[in-house]
Amino acid sequence: MNGVHDMGGMHGFGPVLPEADEPLFHHDWEARALAMTLAMAGWKRWNLDVSRHARERSDPADYLRNSYYERWIDGLGRLMVEQGLISAQEWATLQPDPAAPRQTPPIKPQDVPALLNRGGPTERAEGRPAGFTVGQRVRARNINPAGHTRLPRYVRGHVGTVMLDHGLHVFADDHAHLRGENPEHLYNVRFEAAELWGPDAGFRGDVRVDLWESHLEPA
Amino acid sequence: MSTHHHDHDHDHDHQEPPSDAALRVKALETLLTAKGLVDPAALDAYIDYYETRVGPRNGAKVVARAWTDPAYRQRLLDDATAAIAEFDIQGRQGEHMVAVENGPKLHNLVVCTLCSCYPWPVLGLPPVWYKSDAYRSRAVIDPRGVLGDFGLTLDDDVEVRVWDSTAEIRYLVIPERPAGTEGMSEEQLAALVSRDAMIGTAKAATP
Repeated sequence: MNGVHDMGGMHGFGPVLPEADEPLFHHDWEARALAMTLAMAGWKRWNLDVSRHARERSDPADYLRNSYYERWIDGLGRLMVEQGLISAQEWATLQPDPAAPRQTPPIKPQDVPALLNRGGPTERAEGRPAGFTVGQRVRARNINPAGHTRLPRYVRGHVGTVMLDHGLHVFADDHAHLRGENPEHLYNVRFEAAELWGPDAGFRGDVRVDLWESHLEPA
Repeated sequence: MSTHHHDHDHDHDHQEPPSDAALRVKALETLLTAKGLVDPAALDAYIDYYETRVGPRNGAKVVARAWTDPAYRQRLLDDATAAIAEFDIQGRQGEHMVAVENGPKLHNLVVCTLCSCYPWPVLGLPPVWYKSDAYRSRAVIDPRGVLGDFGLTLDDDVEVRVWDSTAEIRYLVIPERPAGTEGMSEEQLAALVSRDAMIGTAKAATP
């Protein structure tokens, strides 16, 4: 979706403000928000791509106003309601419906380190055959899906060169809509700064973007 | 602000009332706990993991080894996921790693313009600036300006290479080994490698 989350190349957000000796969390609630988001994924009603898309679907004004973990909580609420883990009424009031049965959490404390150490690899052994080779010139397709895509707007229509073939990976654009994993080759594509930003590009070099087979066409 | 006391209470060490976000997240945890959807002790375990098991010291160990052991450096460049796993470092948001090396005429910078993807096992949780709209928007169009915000000015003849983490590949920058570090131990070298140096917004410190 052409949302406000797709920020590459936008102006007006001001300088980057590094913070000396930044704490891991600025408030305890941020830690709880992180942990709840990770723990609720244990219900396996969604995956990481669904979760990213849920955050992208925040009201754009809210998205821009919210801090990082507020964006997470907003997305988590949307997912829990859509997947029936809580009701819309419960999300609105944050009060439990006394008629709803009490459940058993899927994640036990002792399971957590092993779960995080394992992660969720997205590389797959089988999938769509490779259509491109390293060194080939490719164009990022000009597609504008209303749903989730990992093809950023700032590279669409631009020509680049395939630099790496990362192998077959779960195709996020499908996975985010629970249309299956549909593994495709994932390529690292080099776009020269002048190709993306024109002759006045403010730097000499390039931007390298990981794009799937479906995002590319021969140039 | 406290980062070590997660006793399901608000922050005690300041005078302001708890924010809307603090109240809302606390109420949400109460709701999810009452419904049996989360176990608060499991939430503590997630937080403990990120407070104690991962962080930029992990990545610094990898970089220091690459600086001192040419065979390791080659393994890291060939298959970073496997080379990093030699330190028993792996997991969520580091499942597929690629290491990119700075040189005298090349500077790498990592961003995620679409969300805030970041190599958690080697660097820990991302800092606020990495997740900021300013960084996400500007790193790909004005990387030299962004580096200027960090007080880093590169020579004009240095090529800038920006890695936008749009998929599940996570990038670790190997900064240049500073001059004057000959004979230093891996442990001493690792202390020169900051988080920002492994994102690309800083160089390794000089001793």
